Amino acid sequence: MQLTINGKVQDVDVEENMPLLWVLRDTLNLTGTKFGCGVSACGACTVLVDGVAVRSCSTPASAAIGANITTIEAQMMPDTLQSRVQAAWIAHQVPQCGYCQSGQIMAAVSLLSQNQSPTDDDIDVAMSNICRCGTYGRIRAAIHSLSRA
Amino acid sequence: MVKLTRRKLMVSAGLAGGGILLGYAMAPFSTVDRARKLAAGDGALLVTWVRITPDNRVTVIVPHSEMGQGVHTAMPMMLAEELDADWALVSMEQAPADMAFANGALAKGYLGAADPSIPKFLNGLTDFAFRKAAEFNNLQITGGSTAVRFTGVVGMRRAGAAARWMLVQAAAKEWGVPAQEITAADSKLSHAASGRNAAYGEMASKAVDFDPPANVPLKDPKAYKIVGKPVARFDIPAKVNGSAIYGVDVRLPGMMFASIKASPVFGGKLKNFDAKAISAMRGIKSVHRVGEDAVAVIADNSWRVQQALNTLPIEWDDGANAAHSSATILAGMQAAIEKGKFESDYNFGNAEAAAKSAAKVVEASYAVPHLAHATMEPMNCTAHFNGGRLEVWGGFQDGLGARARAADVSGLPIEDVTLHHTAMGGGFGRRGLTMDYLDKAVLLAKQVDYPVNLIWSREEDMTQDSYRNASVARMRGGLDAAGRPVSWQQDYTERRDPEDATWIPYAIADRRARVVSGTDPIPFGPWRSVAHSQHGFFIESFTDELAHAAGRDPFEFRRDLLHDAPAHKAVLEAAAQMSGWGTPAPLGRARGIAIRESFGTIVAQVAEVSVDSDGQAHVHKVWCAADPGEVINPDTFAGQMEGGIIYGLTAALYGEISIDKGRVVEQNFPDYPMVRQADAPVIEVRIMPSGRPTGGAGEPGTPPIAAAVANAVFSLTRQRARSLPLRKHDLRGGVEQAKA
Repeated sequence: MQLTINGKVQDVDVEENMPLLWVLRDTLNLTGTKFGCGVSACGACTVLVDGVAVRSCSTPASAAIGANITTIEAQMMPDTLQSRVQAAWIAHQVPQCGYCQSGQIMAAVSLLSQNQSPTDDDIDVAMSNICRCGTYGRIRAAIHSLSRA
Repeated sequence: MVKLTRRKLMVSAGLAGGGILLGYAMAPFSTVDRARKLAAGDGALLVTWVRITPDNRVTVIVPHSEMGQGVHTAMPMMLAEELDADWALVSMEQAPADMAFANGALAKGYLGAADPSIPKFLNGLTDFAFRKAAEFNNLQITGGSTAVRFTGVVGMRRAGAAARWMLVQAAAKEWGVPAQEITAADSKLSHAASGRNAAYGEMASKAVDFDPPANVPLKDPKAYKIVGKPVARFDIPAKVNGSAIYGVDVRLPGMMFASIKASPVFGGKLKNFDAKAISAMRGIKSVHRVGEDAVAVIADNSWRVQQALNTLPIEWDDGANAAHSSATILAGMQAAIEKGKFESDYNFGNAEAAAKSAAKVVEASYAVPHLAHATMEPMNCTAHFNGGRLEVWGGFQDGLGARARAADVSGLPIEDVTLHHTAMGGGFGRRGLTMDYLDKAVLLAKQVDYPVNLIWSREEDMTQDSYRNASVARMRGGLDAAGRPVSWQQDYTERRDPEDATWIPYAIADRRARVVSGTDPIPFGPWRSVAHSQHGFFIESFTDELAHAAGRDPFEFRRDLLHDAPAHKAVLEAAAQMSGWGTPAPLGRARGIAIRESFGTIVAQVAEVSVDSDGQAHVHKVWCAADPGEVINPDTFAGQMEGGIIYGLTAALYGEISIDKGRVVEQNFPDYPMVRQADAPVIEVRIMPSGRPTGGAGEPGTPPIAAAVANAVFSLTRQRARSLPLRKHDLRGGVEQAKA
């Protein structure tokens, strides 16, 4: 099947029902997207499909055919939303172990692309990914720092 | 050329391209040579090494593992401070896992200078003795909040100061001026009277001619420019763009993926499996017995591996442990507390007699369940046997121990084993002494001739952990007629490190703590703050019970018992003041307070909670005051307090691993829930370094939080939750009932 990942069309020979996560990680070696639970419960595997956050461990690769898939590795122009989120993550020194942060960042990009000035409640709803290091307060502060309000 | 100067400092010139390499070591000569050989080419390394090259760059070699606690930045900060380096020119490398990097300073920190096992004649050579002890124990461990406290304080500072001293001497000779007229700052040497200047890099090769004194004077902390300031961590940029490589991300030519299933009952064995049932599935290479208790599948893709493993028919021999359940374990612990074959933790005065003459006696029983670590990155390890040598890739809190273990399991001499460190997706104790993931990867890789990346499923990770033990405690306290505590007794099950975890800071003359061990059949592993995780809950909840029994405010009650512990008192008062203790909480909420010292750092926390109509607690705000003695990177320290609180709060609210028929019931995050953004409290941290000996950062944030929350719930509802997790209790008003 053909997948468009970070603007590049890739031909991959995989099963229809193979989750997108494993195509990214094991077939294409895009290892920035992480495996956490395999059951859509933790969000470490979050990527964007047509700009919207999805949990790639539970999304069949075939469901993303024809869509634009964006991962943490996407090379961004300096002032795109994803690069601004990444810069805010550094400014707030968000990551500790860092393992969940690819997913957290992609979830934040998805939130901010739909809602330029999210409230605390909006953040609570959109940012449901688990961080075992407990960086939630910094994630919240980093998102608020990007608010247009 | 390597020179050993005095007994502690090693200097090496002749780096490729010039420059200097300086090490602070507690190592015998043979180890020095070995370290140099290992790092031939660009330079050599030792326990604490710093490299200064002609381009003026400073590289600090850190013998500890980064798991998000900021050690890869804090260590170089300590060295660069004493070196008076320009921070913009400083970088770090992680030391390889080799005996030459065994953590002598860590052993010293554990053993203490007065350890009676060190013969007196070694007094002048204690560093050597400790070094040998460390080597004996294969210690290169990152855990126990020890990195900054020991390696940093002992090694990093002295290496930095020695290098600075040598650079100054070199400039003095070069310029023909007295050394004391030379200033060193921001990686530059200057002599005001003659107007001469030189960068460190220019002087580095000449500096090797000077022998620094064994005890180079260290800076007055008041003059610090780097230490104590918030510094951006080195490891963060790679963690926001997906380029950081964790164990699961290792990719090698010809590498295959594997996953594993071990006997669901602890101690059970693998009887049989039917490889034919999955041999036709796409991508499957082979199926292997791994040790006595596990089977692994190898394939070209992790998902295909998992599909096959879930299909594979497996027969287990459950063995003797299949009868265990959480209920039988708890009952056994309670029986052991009643039968009373105790060992003493501490015993002052006569707590029993004091209780008999007390005006009021309070008694309560507490319990905590098993807990899993649930690091975000499931256990994994990559191994490759190649031409009689073994290479291992993965995340290990103790690189040296991991290398020794790999040698042991593989049967190869340690020289033939190379260990590559990756980033760690969480440690919390799981990637320390418990190296089952390494064992399994080595045993599997030994059966094939290509590299294998063995990644556990989340379910395997959760059900094959080494767990924070379950524990019960029987607490007894006596109050005199004025409501002052006159007796303190704690009887509990399972002593774990550190052994002073039952210590109380309160001025109660007659006090004792006793333990019964051998009551928990479930595999144990250290879990963030180890024994403090349960004792913080037992001790600070019961202190609250005594305060209420005395009719006293819980903060004032504690404060009055801390008159001989001024540092504790200051921290407690700070947390109370931050939280507005004594002023009414917002409607429907109440506050609870707790204080614990652990790993040398004193932490007091106030939690503000509400209870919803289902009887569930919600934590809205946590105020945290901490005295770590001194603080290296305040932003990192605050982050560790925040993280320690969330980790402890997950356990307090939700955490429970239950055992049924000898196996773990919980499988994944849906049934082992975590605090998420929506239920994470706002956390305010105040760092108040008092100049006491440097304390830890990674663990001390965890111990007080469960009690602070439970104490707040009591203030709000008069429900005293004496077991965790709180979600198992109906915390609405009225008689407290444990939920089924």
